[in-house]
Amino acid sequence: MSPLPGILKGLITTARTALRPTHTAEYPDVAPELPPRSRGVIALLEENCTSCMLCARECPDWCIYIDSHKETIPATTEGGRDRQRNVLDRFAIDFSLCMYCGICIEVCPFDALHWSPQFEYAEVDLLDLLHEKDRLGGWMASVPPPPALDEKAAEPAEIAAANRPARGAGLAGGAGGAGGSGPRMPRTVRPRAAGSPRPDAGSPPPDAGSPPPDAGEASP
Amino acid sequence: MSLLEATLRAASVLAAFLVLPLLVGQAEHKVMAHMQGRLGPMYAGGFHGWAQLVADGVKFVQKEDITPRAADRWVFRLAPAVALIPYLLAMATIPIHPGVAAVDVPGSLVLVLAATSVGALGTLMAGWASANKYALLGGLRAAAQLVSYELPIVLALASIAMAGGSLSLMALTQAWSPWWLLWQLPGGLVFLVAACAELQRPPFDMPVADAELVMGAWTEYTGLRFAFFLLAEYAGIVVMSLLFAVLWLGGWHGPFEDTLGWLWTLLKGFGVAVLVIWVRVAWPRLREDQLQRLAWLWLVPIALAQLLLTGAGVVMGW
Repeated sequence: MSPLPGILKGLITTARTALRPTHTAEYPDVAPELPPRSRGVIALLEENCTSCMLCARECPDWCIYIDSHKETIPATTEGGRDRQRNVLDRFAIDFSLCMYCGICIEVCPFDALHWSPQFEYAEVDLLDLLHEKDRLGGWMASVPPPPALDEKAAEPAEIAAANRPARGAGLAGGAGGAGGSGPRMPRTVRPRAAGSPRPDAGSPPPDAGSPPPDAGEASP
Repeated sequence: MSLLEATLRAASVLAAFLVLPLLVGQAEHKVMAHMQGRLGPMYAGGFHGWAQLVADGVKFVQKEDITPRAADRWVFRLAPAVALIPYLLAMATIPIHPGVAAVDVPGSLVLVLAATSVGALGTLMAGWASANKYALLGGLRAAAQLVSYELPIVLALASIAMAGGSLSLMALTQAWSPWWLLWQLPGGLVFLVAACAELQRPPFDMPVADAELVMGAWTEYTGLRFAFFLLAEYAGIVVMSLLFAVLWLGGWHGPFEDTLGWLWTLLKGFGVAVLVIWVRVAWPRLREDQLQRLAWLWLVPIALAQLLLTGAGVVMGW
């Protein structure tokens, strides 16, 4: 068992690496290629925010500050009722506390918060890491369009809801009992993979049995 | 030798002593980086980071010079100088051009050997005087290593001295012939390995092993004194590389040696230095017992066999 071959192999490996192009990315001069869905900074789309406080309450660090007040919208018709709506006064995220978990973005029911890949917002003073809503809104310009879905991924929730059968059709399928009803053509435009078994009699489609309670609202 | 000439020679050696180690250090930065798929320093000085080591030097000067309270004060402060100065002395004796060496003394081979051994004493002083267990362990390891590796170096150089029939580096280089490349090859390999170990360079850097001994004898040093130890290491590489280039690779021998001899010497020396760097990148550190085994079971016997071979060659008149 001679150590010589291993020693030579080490020399050859390093020499070969030296002759190949290097992997170094000279960062400040060359922008890095970030992977999709990179978590750089959280951007705020102010128009979508209803001051519901869900993000602030779910935040593990409590680093989101929201102030709002109620505003009365006078009735538009004679004898109608005045309406009230929330107006956002302050929305701030303290990025010196944020741990980039993304729960606020997940939990926002109105898509007011978005991940932006922009990461160059280091500050000399810690207090400057508290981004107020103007600055958070400014990050929206750097939010990329959502990446395309994977092949064979489930369809987006909006399309699935739009393609759900109307309430009447769902009730008719459900009233006949499990397996009793005939095949119902789904209204989806999604092409079916060739050779895949159709949801025939014997195994009804999962949404054919009892309609979900919001089926009527989703497809008015 | 007039006073002016002596001053000029001393100044040129000092200039070489300050420039060549930095060249080797910069080469190490770049060669090691590319061997690891990196670029190395790119910004200092503008063009491919050529001024990185100058910037490092400025940084070292700015740092606080700390002497631990428990340290043996004068030994501690003297150790970097003891490590550094001998290499300056050794560098002065190396011939770089036909008839040109800063100091041409009859026994320059012995002088170089003695000087490099004194340089190792600096590490021992630092290890002993630091009053730190890492430094002490590093110093002990260095002592064991130097005891083991002085012998192969002396034997390999003795073989060259026998072959050339002189103790002067100038006369030995003059006597060099291409035949030596083969005849003195085993001794040359022994010298290369032992020189790496003498300089405590990877893969023989157990005395300074940063992962286990936190730089060993240098643990307590800061600022300029630490920089002196680093400079001593790189000056040592320069001295050992030039020594190998002069004695085993023929120094100035090459085309147009009357005018370009100095260039051949420097190029050969630089090639050896790159080899030393390459070995550092490619190979892992040896264990302490493996180091001793290599020295006593391989290097010393090979060097003795080389001595025998050289003796036979000299007697037979090869």
